[in-house]
Amino acid sequence: MKKTWTKNDLIEKIQSEIGISLSDSSKIFEEIVEEILSSLENGNDVKISNFGTFSVKKKKSRLGRNPKTGDEKEITARNVISFYPSKTVKSKIS
Amino acid sequence: MTKSELILKITSKNSYLYHKDVYKIIDTLFNCVTQALKNGDRVELRGFGTFTTKLRNARIGRNPKTGDPVAIPQKKMPFFKMGKSMKERINS
Repeated sequence: MKKTWTKNDLIEKIQSEIGISLSDSSKIFEEIVEEILSSLENGNDVKISNFGTFSVKKKKSRLGRNPKTGDEKEITARNVISFYPSKTVKSKIS
Repeated sequence: MTKSELILKITSKNSYLYHKDVYKIIDTLFNCVTQALKNGDRVELRGFGTFTTKLRNARIGRNPKTGDPVAIPQKKMPFFKMGKSMKERINS
C-alpha cells in the first residue's frame, strides 16, 4: 500500500539506526534541513552525492492566462528549486 | 554545498558527535528517502518539500549518433516539489 513518510518517520529511523536520543535526532534533522535551505537561499546549489542536486533556477516573468476566464495576466519573475536525481538513485528506483 | 561540507557544518554544531556519526546520519537520511521512493511511497517534509515518483512511459528512442532506434523501457523517476515555506524563503 502507498504510504506517506513524514519528518517523524525519518527522525525515528535515524534514532534507531544511529542510537542517539529522539530529541538529538530531531535537532540534527532540523539543522540539516536548515543548512540546505540557507545554502539554496544564498543561491548556492546543494550537491548530495549518491542522491542528487538541488539547484535554484531563476524564472523570468511572462504572460500567462487564467485557464478559466481566458484573461491575460503577468506571471512575475520568481525562483524555483529543481532537483536532479543522481544516477544511483535513478537506477535504484527504476 | 556538497555532502561533505554539510557533514562538516553539522559536526561543528554538535561537538559530542564524531564526524563518522554525522556521516552515518546523513547517509541514513538520504537512503531512507531513496528506499521509500523505491517502494512507491512518497516523502513529505513540511518546510522543505515532497519527494514522489513519476512514471515515464516506454518509448522508442534513437541513438543520436547513428540514428538507430533503441527501445527505452517504462521507468520510474524521482520527482521533487518544493514546499510552501521553501518557496517563500527563496523568493524573499
